[in-house]
Amino acid sequence: MDGNAPDFAAASRAALADPQLRGNFRRAMDGLMTKRAAQFADQDEWHGVRALAASVRLRALSKLPELLEKLEENCTRNGITVHWAATTDDANAIALDILHKANAKLVVKGKSMVTEEMHLNAVLEKDGIEVLESDLGEYIVQLDGTMPSHIIMPAIHLNTKQIAHLFKRKIKDAESREDAAYLTDLARRVLRAKFQAADVGMSGVNAAVAETGTLCLIENEGNGRMCTTVPPVHIAFMGLEKVVEKLEDVPPVISLLPRSATGQPITTYVNMISGPRKEGEKDGPREVHLVILDNGRSTIYADPELRDTLRCIRCGACMNHCPVYTQVGGHAYEAPYPGPIGKILVPQIEGLAKRGAMPHACTMCNACVEICPVKIPIVEIMGRLRVEAVKPGGTVKDGGAKANRTESMVWSGWAAMNASPTAYRIATVAMSRLGNVAPSSLPMLKEWTNVRTKPRFAGRTLHDLARAKGIPDV
Amino acid sequence: MSDARNSILTTLRRTRDAHPLTSPASDFAPIEAKQWAADERLPRIRRLMEAVHTEFLDATEADWPAVLREFLVREGVGSLMYAPATAAGKRLVEGWDAASTTLIPYDRPLEDLKPQLFESIEAGLTTTRGAIAETGSLILWPTADEPRTLSLVPHIHVAILRTDALYDTFLQAMREQGWAQAMPTNVLLVSGPSKTADIEQTLAYGVHGPKRLIVLVVHP
Repeated sequence: MDGNAPDFAAASRAALADPQLRGNFRRAMDGLMTKRAAQFADQDEWHGVRALAASVRLRALSKLPELLEKLEENCTRNGITVHWAATTDDANAIALDILHKANAKLVVKGKSMVTEEMHLNAVLEKDGIEVLESDLGEYIVQLDGTMPSHIIMPAIHLNTKQIAHLFKRKIKDAESREDAAYLTDLARRVLRAKFQAADVGMSGVNAAVAETGTLCLIENEGNGRMCTTVPPVHIAFMGLEKVVEKLEDVPPVISLLPRSATGQPITTYVNMISGPRKEGEKDGPREVHLVILDNGRSTIYADPELRDTLRCIRCGACMNHCPVYTQVGGHAYEAPYPGPIGKILVPQIEGLAKRGAMPHACTMCNACVEICPVKIPIVEIMGRLRVEAVKPGGTVKDGGAKANRTESMVWSGWAAMNASPTAYRIATVAMSRLGNVAPSSLPMLKEWTNVRTKPRFAGRTLHDLARAKGIPDV
Repeated sequence: MSDARNSILTTLRRTRDAHPLTSPASDFAPIEAKQWAADERLPRIRRLMEAVHTEFLDATEADWPAVLREFLVREGVGSLMYAPATAAGKRLVEGWDAASTTLIPYDRPLEDLKPQLFESIEAGLTTTRGAIAETGSLILWPTADEPRTLSLVPHIHVAILRTDALYDTFLQAMREQGWAQAMPTNVLLVSGPSKTADIEQTLAYGVHGPKRLIVLVVHP
């Protein structure tokens, strides 16, 4: 267990006090929601393709061990070297080993959330290897020395002015121009030199096809293609849930992912890689490695209800539609995956002792569930994790870590009160008489009244009023 | 790390068998239902791709090299890299006016071409294996003769599209072309020039891949 557990409440308070940050997120999320809705104007089409994509993901999970073996077999046949990592430490060690064998000094990376989960960049830098994020948003975040605040748009928390200042500070000969086209071109010049010189390219995987041993990557910028095509060695990282059974299973996923994520019909590039450079081919990496990471996923898989977490295709639409995420922004979660999917995934990976607050950062409004392209019951899983956090003995890491005697006594009292008509009557009458004089600083009441007005209690209970109207009190 | 492999697979198998999961049948009908009349496909592809800054040139089998040359001269493009061993490459060099754009063959491994490719070549020419009406996407099928970087590194990518290989959907294209039986090292769908919206959601073109994508439509 990590000693310094992130303090979501404190980080949220800080974020809420930053009008610039809130403005940046509000504008971005509003735009993304509108663009997504336009892509799914045909509701029949949305429901049909969504059911198909959900079935593709469920079928993959139903055969997960067999498909992973098949993927390994077909990748190996295609010349891809497959590595298995139980933990992020194992995955980092595998990466370092490949880099040392390649005598690598410079690594260019395409977007990969799994490597964020691994904190790979820090590991490589400690080893003296220069590592450069090449997705523009990731590059900005890396220059700024922070973390991505959104899984699809890592630098969404910054505006053009802030990025212009950052580039001016960090890039040699940069002009101070608040112009997205200029800033993009500047990054192009810096990174093209790096693509050319890099010893190893790294990427994530959006879907890995067991049937053909194919790694699918989608992107708009071309940096993913650069990282997987130009350097002599390519290392791809995937969570073990990213496998699909057949090549035909890719189109439904690709149909929903970009439309859900950014409201575009398709990404500029859909890149399907089935091996290293073959004899006679003039380009492409000479080595392709696939690192399959568990990091707690097999534990998530063990529970038939929590298992649905692993359907996720990482579109980020749940973030865009989450009222909590929109208000506090991605950094408040201090996690590789923020927003609704982060609130159910991160506590299961990192444990409820460290991440027990995350499933509570939810109003249970269900907006994420309505738009999830693979129908993950996010809110149900959130509720389940709240229970697991206070109930020892479950399969979730550090289950019961948030058990609290006062709280459990209060709930037992609440249950007893509602089970006995006499106790219920006494309690409601007492509340209508004393509720308004009770100070808002009472221990548990304080949690509510800290940030909200204390509700006014009615002088007479609902039962009283009903009786006065002649409605029998059964 | 074979220990990790075995332990992961054993755990997955044990826990799955303890709580088996039945998945609903995958009904591909909602994708199969997406169809366009033969004469609507190209206009749709063009509309969708132009919406993301792709440019189109119209030509015929007889005149496409001339149409391309005229475009390159008009745009002041000094150099075009091409695949010399392909039919298109052979056709391109026939009677090319050496005084116009310089043609440079991609005839060596990438390692011997990197500085030239990254620093001086302005445009690259590739063929396609068709296009997809639903999303406005070109199918690129790089080969030993027509390398991957030809459509990636030069600032301008020119792609030849023949109108006899237009599909309704990605699914239809992969089924009819039998992809699952013979995936090459790399297959790509390309739906426009490189773009990003990572700076405050402002769309900017040409971040890492080609800044311009020109589709040279070869009509029968």
